[in-house]
Amino acid sequence: MKTTTMIVSIILAGLLTNNMVLSKFLGICPFLGVSKKVNTAFSMSIAVTLVMIIATAVTYPIFYFLLRPDFEYLETVVFILVIAAIVQFIEIFLKKYIKPIYNALGIYLPLITTNCAVLGITMLNVTDFDVNAYSFGKLYLFSLTNALSAGLGFMLAMVLFAGIRQRLETADVPEFMKGLPITLVAAALCSLSFLGFAGIGG
Amino acid sequence: MKQSKWNVFTNGLLRENPTLRLVLGTCPTLAVTTAAKNGVGMGIAATIVLVCSNAVISLLRNVIPEKVRIPAFITIIAGFVSVVQMLVKAFLPTIDTALGIYLPLIVVNCIILARAEMFASKNSFVPSVLDGLGMGIGFTAVLTLMGAIREFLGAGTLFSLPITAKVIDPMIIFLLPPGGFFVFGMLVAASNAIAKRRGKPIVEKMGCENCPAKDSCENAGNGCDEAKEAE
Repeated sequence: MKTTTMIVSIILAGLLTNNMVLSKFLGICPFLGVSKKVNTAFSMSIAVTLVMIIATAVTYPIFYFLLRPDFEYLETVVFILVIAAIVQFIEIFLKKYIKPIYNALGIYLPLITTNCAVLGITMLNVTDFDVNAYSFGKLYLFSLTNALSAGLGFMLAMVLFAGIRQRLETADVPEFMKGLPITLVAAALCSLSFLGFAGIGG
Repeated sequence: MKQSKWNVFTNGLLRENPTLRLVLGTCPTLAVTTAAKNGVGMGIAATIVLVCSNAVISLLRNVIPEKVRIPAFITIIAGFVSVVQMLVKAFLPTIDTALGIYLPLIVVNCIILARAEMFASKNSFVPSVLDGLGMGIGFTAVLTLMGAIREFLGAGTLFSLPITAKVIDPMIIFLLPPGGFFVFGMLVAASNAIAKRRGKPIVEKMGCENCPAKDSCENAGNGCDEAKEAE
């Protein structure tokens, strides 16, 4: 496939057809836990997108040049430790140099280390693109695009769902369905609507 | 708080079932339960990691400094996950393909980190192993049940054996992502209905009380602080 078509299809897949939350079930904890208000959901997603891109930028070269092909079994350990270190570093850096961003996003950063969406995207970058078919430059570009579109897809799902939940607050539901169960059913309908995008972008 | 060993073991099965009562580890619960077999595979893999990491963390609980305990726990858990990953790849390649990236993602499964933080880091070896085993079996049971429901409704089979597949057209939607959310929602609702009848509190929130990242979540001013007030 041509590079440009590939990039367009990665973006469409990340946003709609292979949405991180609604079709891959990654990052369900923040999706259900931090989606009560639209603005909280928005800030959290920005922090997640940022960490996803930086984590991909660091882990992909590590995978390509250091782990491949003999040490691939170390992927899990190396990736989670690198992500934990990166998140810590971003937090310290923002606190010291870019105070306004730290004040807005800082509180979400510790949550992100154990967010499966971040570890998930770094691992998907390794499995999604055939290492032998492209040069490193292209693979790196695809991976970064993949991280960006996955982050934006996460944001789309979070913000949409936060809007739905604000309406759900006032709905009258049976007592044993209150809270989590009805939220999950709402998520099912949300995910159902995203199925309608299936087939877009090949 | 001294609990008998039997109580520690059975705690994870019903009273504090990690999936339905504590609501932890929702990602694998939703993602891999498209067939009962996958549920069993994921459950057993997570149980092995849970028992091993609980055992090692309880033995090292006086050695690991308080400040770096979370990174230390994650490293220990990641080590065991890699071991399980290699074993599954070598001996059960079909399960490995079915679980995909969700197998290595056991590292960030909050059940394991939560039990390390809440239980293993405060208790001795034997109770920690029993706690891991109980929680693991509770997790496996719910995953298998959910896998069975989705497989039965979505494919008309059970553990790959045809039940109604040839008689009724299966509802494929239950194998697709929306089915996962829906069946899990219904299971939580059913467990709430049973809990209510027995006079136990019902689950309305995510498992924030048991989440290792609880403190930062509370600062974020979301549902978690309300859960704390309710307590």
